Amino acid sequence: MASSIRWTRPRVIILMLWIAGLAPAFRSFWLGAHNELGPDPVRSFEHLLGLWAFRFLLASLAITPLRLVTGYSLIRYRRTLGLLTFVYALMHVATYIALDLHFDFATLWRDLTRRPFLIFGMIAFLCLILLAATSSQYSIRKLGRNWRRLHRIVYVALIAASAHFLMAFKTWHPEALLYVLSGSILLIIRIGYKIRSQVRQTGAKM
Amino acid sequence: MRFLSVWTPLPFIRRDIVISRSFSEPRPGEITPKEYYLRRRTVLAAAGFLSAGIATGTVKAASLQTRPGGFGTSETPTSLADITHYNNFYEFGLDKSDPARLSGSFHSRPWTLRIQGAVAKPVTIDIDQLIAAHQPESRIYRMRCVEAWSMVIPWDGIPLADILRQAEPLGSAKFVAFTSVLRPDEMPGQRSGYGSISWPYVEGLRLDEAMNPLTLLAVGLYGETLSSQNGAPLRLVVPWKYGFKGIKSITTITLLETMPPTSWNQLAPQEYGFYANVNPDVDHPRWSQASERVIGSGGFFGERRQPTRLFNGYGDQVAHLYAGMDLKTFF
Repeated sequence: MASSIRWTRPRVIILMLWIAGLAPAFRSFWLGAHNELGPDPVRSFEHLLGLWAFRFLLASLAITPLRLVTGYSLIRYRRTLGLLTFVYALMHVATYIALDLHFDFATLWRDLTRRPFLIFGMIAFLCLILLAATSSQYSIRKLGRNWRRLHRIVYVALIAASAHFLMAFKTWHPEALLYVLSGSILLIIRIGYKIRSQVRQTGAKM
Repeated sequence: MRFLSVWTPLPFIRRDIVISRSFSEPRPGEITPKEYYLRRRTVLAAAGFLSAGIATGTVKAASLQTRPGGFGTSETPTSLADITHYNNFYEFGLDKSDPARLSGSFHSRPWTLRIQGAVAKPVTIDIDQLIAAHQPESRIYRMRCVEAWSMVIPWDGIPLADILRQAEPLGSAKFVAFTSVLRPDEMPGQRSGYGSISWPYVEGLRLDEAMNPLTLLAVGLYGETLSSQNGAPLRLVVPWKYGFKGIKSITTITLLETMPPTSWNQLAPQEYGFYANVNPDVDHPRWSQASERVIGSGGFFGERRQPTRLFNGYGDQVAHLYAGMDLKTFF
């Protein structure tokens, strides 16, 4: 029960993050159900869910660069952001299968194995499933050092999701380019600090 | 529809005489409403008034005098709201809602159409004179976008064959090229170039495709003149091909001996071919063309997906144009 949880400030914030984070999905679903999402509501809803998944992915990847650059640590909220990424990706895939394909699994399988656009999406989704499944305290304890190594597949997820997003339109789309660029910048910051720390280590050893 | 080809003194131009036409009884929605019929004489007056130049020059959809045409489908037409608010018209922006939103300063009057090239009688004609000279017919066509969605659209237009015949194509003419408009001051999408199409938009057809009875130059829809977002004042409709062949806001038609460049083919030749015939067996490199989403077909939970038909279901009228042609190579 809520009364047996110690409502620390971080936990309150995490709860608020979940509520605020899922709000766009609920709102869009409500609009869709009332036919207010425009002429192609299924595609619009799919797109919105995918977009938010990407946003939360970028947010979760921004935690460490933020700490590196400003020293300010939001690491306790990273898991929430990662799980929101997964939930949005799950809804995105579910919308595609249920509302777009109408559970036509034959077509789904055929396309998944042939269309690079979908293959990249599937890779990103599988990575996110793995990350979500091993996001608990229990997993962190059980996996130990390997947890950190396993969770590096978030980079695979980012690259696959970027390819998926870029391939979704007929032409280069400014929105997709912006998101992929943002992801690239976050990666570059991380890599930059990593190189710097390795150089320092090498220097220190000498 | 059965045709008999007869020889005419003009080489390359067969007159296709219709010897039987399965004419679909006009649906109640196709019949020109009485109040438009009674106001028909004011249509021309309104057109004349409008081309005199209102301050903004933008044209609100005015009612057209039309007659019923053939080749209609019995499928439910897509709503006017959807047809006018879900458009790929990158000259105005990349989102489907941009053309309706951002075409406010586009003016489609005054407008002239030029027909030139390998013709005996090149001509420049005012759009309203063109409409008055050939009374548009209403045709309910399926439209299939290469993005795998489709609509059913009640176009009002003039068969392209009628217009081309008046210009008398020469024997050397084998292709028809179309050019759209270049107006960055009125079309926001033409100002920026993010690796996009090089403007103006161009398209082309083989001469026999252009002369096919299905090929239409649309000037209206649902009995009213075209809105800017649908390609005012004049656009091509080739229902057996993907929608991007339907070039909008046409300024020039040129008859040529050689295959003309087409915008999407120039942008991504491995994805968009010259022929672009609707074909469920020839997939787009990035997505399948085996089925399509029917726009406006049932809202959120009921949006239908239907199998795509070869030539968008117009095989009876056009399959003979591609007899013996490998549709996978010539896509």
